[in-house]
Amino acid sequence: MEQLLANLQLGFGVALTLNNLWYCLIGCFLGTLIGVLPGIGPVATIAMLLPATFALPPESSLIMLAGIYYGAQYGGSTTAILINIPGESSSVVTALDGYQMARQGRAGPALATAALGSFFAGTVSTFLLAAAAPPLAQLAFKFGPAEYFSLMTLGLIAAVVLAHGSVIKAIAMILLGLLLGLVGTDVNSGMARFSFGIPELSDGIGFVAVAMGVFGLAEIIKNLEQVEGEREVFLNKVTHLWPTKQDFKDATPAVLRGTALGSLLGILPGGGAVLASFAAYTLEKKIAKDPSRFGKGDIRGVAAPESANNAAAQTSFIPLLTLGIPPNPVMALMVGAMIIQGIQPGPQVMAERPQLFWGMIASMWVGNLMLVILNLPLIGMWIKLLTVPYRLLYPAILVFCAIGVYSLSNSPFDVVITAGFGFLGYLFVKLECEPAPLLLGFILGPMMEENLRRAMLLSRGDASTFVTRPLSAFLLAVAAILLIVIALPAIRKKREEAFVED
Amino acid sequence: MNIRNPKDFWSGVLFASIGFAFAIIVKVYDYPMGTASRMGAGYFPFLLGNILGVMGLVILAKAWVSDGGPVSKFAWRPLIWVLSAFVIFGLTAKWLGLVIAIVLLVMISSYGGHEFRWKEALISSAILAVGSVAVFVYGLKLPFPIWPEFLG
Repeated sequence: MEQLLANLQLGFGVALTLNNLWYCLIGCFLGTLIGVLPGIGPVATIAMLLPATFALPPESSLIMLAGIYYGAQYGGSTTAILINIPGESSSVVTALDGYQMARQGRAGPALATAALGSFFAGTVSTFLLAAAAPPLAQLAFKFGPAEYFSLMTLGLIAAVVLAHGSVIKAIAMILLGLLLGLVGTDVNSGMARFSFGIPELSDGIGFVAVAMGVFGLAEIIKNLEQVEGEREVFLNKVTHLWPTKQDFKDATPAVLRGTALGSLLGILPGGGAVLASFAAYTLEKKIAKDPSRFGKGDIRGVAAPESANNAAAQTSFIPLLTLGIPPNPVMALMVGAMIIQGIQPGPQVMAERPQLFWGMIASMWVGNLMLVILNLPLIGMWIKLLTVPYRLLYPAILVFCAIGVYSLSNSPFDVVITAGFGFLGYLFVKLECEPAPLLLGFILGPMMEENLRRAMLLSRGDASTFVTRPLSAFLLAVAAILLIVIALPAIRKKREEAFVED
Repeated sequence: MNIRNPKDFWSGVLFASIGFAFAIIVKVYDYPMGTASRMGAGYFPFLLGNILGVMGLVILAKAWVSDGGPVSKFAWRPLIWVLSAFVIFGLTAKWLGLVIAIVLLVMISSYGGHEFRWKEALISSAILAVGSVAVFVYGLKLPFPIWPEFLG
C-alpha cells in the first residue's frame, strides 16, 4: 500500500507538470473533436492523431495519446446519444437508450451520466491498474521466449474469439497482419525482406500508414457510400445537464456494476471496451425488475455500458504495460507509438522508466477528470460540430491525415502506402473481414518471430518446448480450448447473439 | 454447384493469393531458410505465408457450403476520388507547396461526395489551407514549403 502511494505520488509528480497537463488537455480536446464526428471511432481517431504526438518527448507523447483515447471514446458516446450514430462498436449499446433519452428531451442528463459514470469508472480502474501492475510485471519476468510466444498466440486467438464476425476470416486477418509486420529488415540477419529494392520499405511498412489507411481512409469512403440523410440532432433540447435525484438513484448501482464488469473484462486479451459495454448492458437488462424499459430511454442503459467501457479502456492497459502485449487494436496503436519513441513495451518499463510508467497511469486519472471538466461545458460546441454536413467535414479530415502521414518521413512514400491500405481496408469492409485483428498481428509480427526464434534456439530446434514448459503449455491449452469452444455450434450461436443487440 | 457465399469466395481468393505470394517470394528471392533451431530470414514468413494460403483455400471452399449475401456494390466514385486526392497531395506537397496541395486535396476529394458545390469547396479549401499553414508551418514548424518551389 505504501509502495502504491509512493508510486502514485511519483506519477502525479510527472502528470501534474504544467507541460504534461497541457498535452493531456490537448489530447482530450483533439480526441473528442475527432471522436465526435459521426462514423469515426477511437481507433481511426488515434490513428489520425498519432503523427501529432511523435515530436514530443516520450512521457508527454504517451500522456497525450492516452488523452486522445479517452477523448475519442467520450466523443463517440456523444455522437451515439445525440444522433444515434455510434462512432464505433463500443457505443452501439449506448445509442440504444441514450438516443431515446435525447428524443425525450433528456440528452443533457444522458450526457452527464455518461461523463460522470465514466469518470467514476476511470478512477476505480486507474487504482486497480496501479495496484495490479507491479505483481503482474514480476510474474512477467519469469517468462522466457517460449512463454512469450505462447502468450502472444493466446492473445491473438482470444482477440478473435471475443470479437464478432467470422472466426476463420479473423484468423486469416491475423496471419496477414503478421506477414505485413515482417516486411522490412530482418533484425537477426540484417536482410531486407519483401522490400523489392525499395529503400523506404526496408524500414518496414509504417504502422501509421496501415492504421490510418485501413481504419481512417476506409471508414471515410464507407461513410460516403450512404447518401447523407437528414440528421436529427437534438440541438435545442440540451437545456439542462444535471440528472434528477431519481436518475442518480437509478444510475448509481448500474455504474457500480458496469465498473466492476468492465474492469474485469478489460484485462482479457481481445476484450476491451466493446465486449465490456455489451456485457454490462446485457447484465443490466437481465437483473432489472422491469427489463421492458430498456431501449426506451432507461438511464441505466446509458450508465452501465458507459462506465463499463471506460473501466475496460483503463484496465486494458494492464497487459500492455506489464507484458508488453496489446490486448486490442487501440493498445496495438499505443505499442506502435511506444516503439517509435524508442521504448520496448514490457515488464522492464516499470523498473527502467518509472517516471514514464507511473506518469502515464496518473495521467489517465487526470485525463478522465479533464473529460468531465472539458466536455460538460463544451457540450454545446460538440453539438454544433454535429450539424456541420459531412461533405464539409471529410475533406478537412483528409487534410489532417495527409499532413500527418506526410510529415512522418517528409516524403510522398508513406502517403501513397496509406492510400493503398485505404483501398485494402475498403475491400475488407466489402468482404466483411474485421480489420482489428490485422492491426494486432501487424504489431506482434516481429515480436512473435523474435520469440519463436529464441525459443527454438534454446530448445535446439525442438518444437515440443512449447508444450513441455508448464506455463507455456498452460497458455497454449487455454488458446486451444477457446478455439474448440467457439467451434461448438451451441456456443457459436450464443456468441452471435451476444453481439446482436436490438 | 453454385457459389453460395460470394464474400467468402473473394476473401478466400484474397487471402490465398497474398499468403502464397509471400511464400513464393521467399523461394524466388531465395531468403535463407536456416534450420528450426537457427531460423533464417525466410523461415517464419514462409511458414506463415503457407498457413495463410491454406486458410484462404479453406475460406474459399466454404463459399460453396455456407450462405451469405452478395458483395455489396463498390462505391467507386468516393473510392477513386478520395484515394487519388490523397496520393496527389503526397506527390505535390513538396513541389507545389502546402497551399496548392491542400486546395487540390480538398477539391478533388470533395468531388467524390454525393453533391459537389464549387463555391463551397473552394471556400473550405481556402480556409483549410490558411489554417493548416498557420498551425502546421508556423505553429508546429513542420518543414513544408508554403508556395511552389519554382516561385521561391
